[in-house]
Amino acid sequence: MMNVIWLVLIAAGIAVAGVTGSFSAVSSEIMESCKAAVEFAIGITGALMMWSGLMQVASASGLTKTLARALSPVVRALFPSVPPNHRALSHISLAMSANILGLGNAATPLGLKAMEELQKLNRRKDTASDAMCTLLAITTSSITVVPTTVIAMRSMAGSSNPCEIIGTTLVATACSTGAALLADRLFRGKSKGSRTRIER
Amino acid sequence: MSSAGSIAHAFAEAVQWVSDLAIPLLIAGILVSAALKKVPVYDEFVRGAKEGIATSLRILPFLLAMFIAIGVLRSSGALELAMHAVSPVLRVVKVPPEVAPLAVIRPISGTGSLSYLAELLSQYGPDSLIGRMASTIQGSCDTTLYIVTVYFGAVGVRRVRHAVWVGLLADLVGFIAAVVVCRLVFG
Repeated sequence: MMNVIWLVLIAAGIAVAGVTGSFSAVSSEIMESCKAAVEFAIGITGALMMWSGLMQVASASGLTKTLARALSPVVRALFPSVPPNHRALSHISLAMSANILGLGNAATPLGLKAMEELQKLNRRKDTASDAMCTLLAITTSSITVVPTTVIAMRSMAGSSNPCEIIGTTLVATACSTGAALLADRLFRGKSKGSRTRIER
Repeated sequence: MSSAGSIAHAFAEAVQWVSDLAIPLLIAGILVSAALKKVPVYDEFVRGAKEGIATSLRILPFLLAMFIAIGVLRSSGALELAMHAVSPVLRVVKVPPEVAPLAVIRPISGTGSLSYLAELLSQYGPDSLIGRMASTIQGSCDTTLYIVTVYFGAVGVRRVRHAVWVGLLADLVGFIAAVVVCRLVFG
């Protein structure tokens, strides 16, 4: 899947460059992108390490288990394939909370921790499990109560009420989360069929 | 300034205050509650932080691949072409042409859509229908391609099954819902 998407993105870009004659811009941009990717990865390393460290402290004290138990009705209903007391549930709960509060810097590291826990439960390590697809569906569509970045930008632009988009964002993200969960359920059976097919 | 305006501003400040406070309080809460249970907090923190290095090294090749693809799309003018192509289609369903390009940029590039939003906010004003609609769209959709790349890259999953399509569908639904709700509330 990613093989096709990646190829199409690059081939389409280079084909357009051929028409518009922007090859020199493209070749310098490729080098810039390489640099930007490394800078981004280094930039996120600190946050990843901090949240990994904090999660380690929280799980050593049993805090993550308590949290997972508190949120378990919702999370367990969404992730029926994860055993009730597994660490993955508490990581998923935290990642979901960060997304809801619009804390993007915390959401990604916590989401990655949740993915690592889900990978431990995954039987075929190179293929996404049902639970992973559900986590992605929730993450990409996430219900958002406080879109922090947008509010800050509106405030900077001199809005008389930067927060007035909270309500509309909440309704719109509720729609997208509902659609994502529904689509996840519908596609799950279909893509399971393609699982046994040998691809390459 | 009207009194409704100043109340709104006080509310905006309160939201900012809560979001500023959330992370420090969370950190303090985790550390203090662990210390009360006699957990060696420093040792455990450092042990956990070590795992973070491995994660960021693991996602780097996947990030690189996606950054290159997006760089090629942007610099060649292909992204702009797609934006122009999508505007007339979206105008049929009453999406303002100024906002339509966000439908293309938002799932691909987070910084790209943020800078486009900033442009719209300064050009039309944050309290115009376009400003409010664009703000809602930015908050309602996510950089799906980046999330799929990084999340699956981190654990070495190559076959992502339906995750990409579900994410892109969620973006589309979020986009349309944002436009419709903003027309109803602010239109």
